Amino acid sequence: MTTPIKEDRLWQRITVATPYLWLLVFFLLPFAIILRISLADPIIAQPPYSQTISFDNFLFLLSDKMYALTYLKSVLMAAAATVLCLLLGFPMAYGIACSNQATRSLLLLLVVLPFWISFLLRVYAWMGLLNNYGVINNVLIWLGLTDQPIQIMYTDTAIFIGLTYTYLPFMILPLYATLERMDLDLIDAAMDLGASRTTAFWDITWPLARAGVIAGCLLVFIPAMGEYVIPYLLGGPETLLIGRVLFDEFFVNRDWPLASAVAVVLLALLVVPIVFLQKSQAGDAEQAS
Amino acid sequence: MKRRSRFVFSVLVFGYAFLYIPLVSVIFYSFNDSKLATVWGGFSTRWYGELFRNEQILDATILSIRVAATSATLATIFGTMAGLALVRFGRFRGRMLFSGMITAPLVMPEVITGLSLLLLFVTLQQVFGWPAQRGFSTITIAHTTFSMAYVAVIVQSRLSAMDQSLEEAAMDLGCRPARVVVDITLPLIAPAMVAGWLLAFTLSLDDLVIASFVSGPGSNTLPMYIFSKVKLGVTPDINALASLFILIVSITLLSAWFVIKKQERNS
Repeated sequence: MTTPIKEDRLWQRITVATPYLWLLVFFLLPFAIILRISLADPIIAQPPYSQTISFDNFLFLLSDKMYALTYLKSVLMAAAATVLCLLLGFPMAYGIACSNQATRSLLLLLVVLPFWISFLLRVYAWMGLLNNYGVINNVLIWLGLTDQPIQIMYTDTAIFIGLTYTYLPFMILPLYATLERMDLDLIDAAMDLGASRTTAFWDITWPLARAGVIAGCLLVFIPAMGEYVIPYLLGGPETLLIGRVLFDEFFVNRDWPLASAVAVVLLALLVVPIVFLQKSQAGDAEQAS
Repeated sequence: MKRRSRFVFSVLVFGYAFLYIPLVSVIFYSFNDSKLATVWGGFSTRWYGELFRNEQILDATILSIRVAATSATLATIFGTMAGLALVRFGRFRGRMLFSGMITAPLVMPEVITGLSLLLLFVTLQQVFGWPAQRGFSTITIAHTTFSMAYVAVIVQSRLSAMDQSLEEAAMDLGCRPARVVVDITLPLIAPAMVAGWLLAFTLSLDDLVIASFVSGPGSNTLPMYIFSKVKLGVTPDINALASLFILIVSITLLSAWFVIKKQERNS
């Protein structure tokens, strides 16, 4: 017969240990395995990697110009998409935060709604809009702005549109959360005292919204770095981004060790922003409580 | 008071147009009779009929829904436990690692999660002979792992916003902690758990990349089927499928919104 106190402790332990063990086995252990396999050599066997340890894969990644360029291009494209999301998302979040209560909840719902519809189908929707005989080109031709269809599909522009479209809600929601907490009377006060709209924005709104800006940018940048579907469906075959290289290295070339090494380097690039995000969210939670 | 400048207003209009024009256009073209998906050939609902006669789509949908329901349920259980542990239990050994492992899956690029889980399953199979086949069980495990993070975050924020006095009162009256959670905490965080379950269900139904890594031959989820078709370009039956998705989600969310609005007004 256990005593009540012991029972309490046992119960607490089970509550912590169940999700903990699950995450150790299915989240942390896989990373250890990926690290291990990235140090192996590809062999023709089942599974296709050796038991040896060498740094050949990493040396290869560093020496091959194609991979360096791919990483660089992925960073640049994710960064550009982040800036686009911020440019569009900030005024939108601000506009939502300024609306009255009833409109506000509807506007927020409309931002979140696309997020609940299959991501793949939303990217697919853009294929119908952007292709040479698609809606956008038909409208442009009908308006007489162009007589030849403009090539948008299978270009970097299409990838930017896709990334911005998909990740926009991730930017708007944290921005809205900080802007909503802000006292908007401060802006009126500043403007009453003679500040221009621009001055009021840079001196008051921007500094107060900084936590939301940081969180939003990281929530867009980190997943956009490894994006596979958008570049595949909307981008051209020569647009090599790291998510696709990893996928192809694994499924097409069946080079598991090299694919693992690509993943390890990608993760190394993302460790800094991920830790940064964790810090900013921990700070946010403390502020809220 | 009018704080919204004309600039903000026009960006709002542009932003919402940007978000919704693709969805509207897909619905429009789903009623296109022409097999060429971008040329208008008259009104028709034939693609919807074809959708329900396509056995591959039906099989993939059934698998996807089974995976989504199972993984959402598991994720809600584990995620709620994790949320409780992080908010109510104070410090415990390994808390830092635990909270790290809870947040990291939220932003982890899918290709990394997918690859690492597949390599885990392959290793487990070599060592323990399990999983003998990849399919329903492996996809469910993978989805549970990333979506429990979302549930944990939702439950956590609900718990920290919640008034603790009821729980404290019950404790003072001699109620055991396990009973407090079952009788008081869980009913209070039930809305967060429902929201978490729905989000986990949607995320699972949505996932292509991770499922592609961890599924085996013969088990195609709905996104995997869709991807294999749309790789080749725009097709009318996928237009119909996308429209059904859009309609179901919109109707559900909008009616939920109206119900909540009405309740607020009545109270």
